[in-house]
Amino acid sequence: MTYDVALVRKDFPILDREVRPGVPLVYLDSAATSQKPTAVLDAMRDYNEQHNANVHRGIHTLAEEATALYESARDKVAAFIGAPDRREVVFTKNSTEALNLMAHVLPFGPGDEVVITEMEHHSNLVPWQLACQRVGAKLRWIGLTDDGRLDLSDVDGLITSRTKVVSIVHQSNLLGTVNPIAEIAAKAHAVGATVVVDASQSVPHMPVDVSTLGADAIAFTGHKMCGPTGIGVLWARADLLESLPPFLAGGEMIDEVTMAGSTFAELPHKYEAGTPPIAQAVGLGAAIDYLTELGMDAVHAHEKQLTAYLLDGLSGVDGLRIIGPTSTERRGGAVSFVMDGFHPHDIGQLLDQYGVAVRVGHHCARPACLRYGIPATSRASLHLYSDTGDVDALVTGLGKVREFFG
Amino acid sequence: MTVPQPQLENLYQEIILDHYRSPHHKGLREPYQVEVRHLNPTCGDEITLRVQLDDDVVSDVSYDSQGCSISQASASVLTDLVIGKPLSRATEVHEEFVRLMQSKGELEPDEDVLEDAIAFAGVSRYPARIKCALLAWMAWKDATAQALGSVTASNGGGDN
Repeated sequence: MTYDVALVRKDFPILDREVRPGVPLVYLDSAATSQKPTAVLDAMRDYNEQHNANVHRGIHTLAEEATALYESARDKVAAFIGAPDRREVVFTKNSTEALNLMAHVLPFGPGDEVVITEMEHHSNLVPWQLACQRVGAKLRWIGLTDDGRLDLSDVDGLITSRTKVVSIVHQSNLLGTVNPIAEIAAKAHAVGATVVVDASQSVPHMPVDVSTLGADAIAFTGHKMCGPTGIGVLWARADLLESLPPFLAGGEMIDEVTMAGSTFAELPHKYEAGTPPIAQAVGLGAAIDYLTELGMDAVHAHEKQLTAYLLDGLSGVDGLRIIGPTSTERRGGAVSFVMDGFHPHDIGQLLDQYGVAVRVGHHCARPACLRYGIPATSRASLHLYSDTGDVDALVTGLGKVREFFG
Repeated sequence: MTVPQPQLENLYQEIILDHYRSPHHKGLREPYQVEVRHLNPTCGDEITLRVQLDDDVVSDVSYDSQGCSISQASASVLTDLVIGKPLSRATEVHEEFVRLMQSKGELEPDEDVLEDAIAFAGVSRYPARIKCALLAWMAWKDATAQALGSVTASNGGGDN
């Protein structure tokens, strides 16, 4: 069956709106957050209207229904990413919390090393900086090549017997680069290090199977995969999580509590202190049903085709330079660019006049911007509902930049 | 379908674009008492700014910066407005400009005080851009406060 993007777009009411009279929205900021299909909005409304209760407490009907809905969302997540055990799926607030969790509980100390990359989002950089400072460990990183790839020429000098954690992004939010996780994970595992992967930009756009990815833990977030804000996921191997201490403490994560001390709940509840984001879990479950129905292979193929169209369109804009890979090989649909003599802020502001929404700035990846000698970029990012009309509107808008500011 | 023409004139007044294309007083100069570096963390814009005060007069403000047209033009206009002025007068201009930026477009700018800076009135309607317009002004305020502190300190300190 062919992928009918026109039909898909009908599922997203927001794509019909105008940003001002006569100017339709052209949404090219999905790497920041995705839009939500009606199915997700309906599921959350139905939950709140018909089933709202706290989970894992009480024996009344609503509490049973809410618990069943919440836990079925966990089953959906587990199936979606190929997790062998549903207890390995921990709901968090977002990717950032999932990564902070790992940075807090993984054991390393003075003289140990944590290896990240220069293209990390701040959420997979700052938690490790703080953790290393806290325990006296050393943070090292894999640098970047001029064409937006990881520079793996010295990877064996970086990942050594001192390395305890390797934490890397699967698909860069700034550059769009898709990194060779399995290759790096093999080197990390060979020295006994734990591999954490920031999958925030990959899980929403391509099939990701944790049983073959090579990671020991991954983090991703609901709102970039057509689900709601306020819910993220940590997946980690059950034996790993069982061996680690708790993170946030409070209700739900305990087994037995006395004034003298406490024991802790079994997975996954050990890592879910307090009332969780229940309606958001229901929404995420609905988003996964939606993605599964479209098929992640089909979504990925659509986005790859459209990324090629986007790269081609941008290459025709006078003075425009893409920051990151310029072909669709091992790259996703988030495309950063700069235009000689024109600042991203001004470009973004002008595009907004045409209804075109792009992100401008350093995209929470300032070290990578510094690496390429630029303070900021403009970024157009695609999703399963993006189409050639979106790209055409962007390219037309970019054609006006020189006219207006030049 | 015709593409609607941008209605950006409120934000990008011709005065702003002129200052952006040909910024005044740009470049770092000697002598100076204090140099500061300010960042706009949301967009990565940055400015390095130097001030020289002599006998309560703003003798020089020099700067090197990278950023959008609004932040570049704002730095240029700032230097036009404060260089050569008594510090008390420059401070008044600063306060008036900050008030304008916080006005959400509701304030009629005082042209006698703000001169070219009245062109920034429209910026106050764009919340995401107010920080761009204020970057140089906040750097100047910081540098001036430090310069006053160091002058006081070199005069034997004081507890003002």
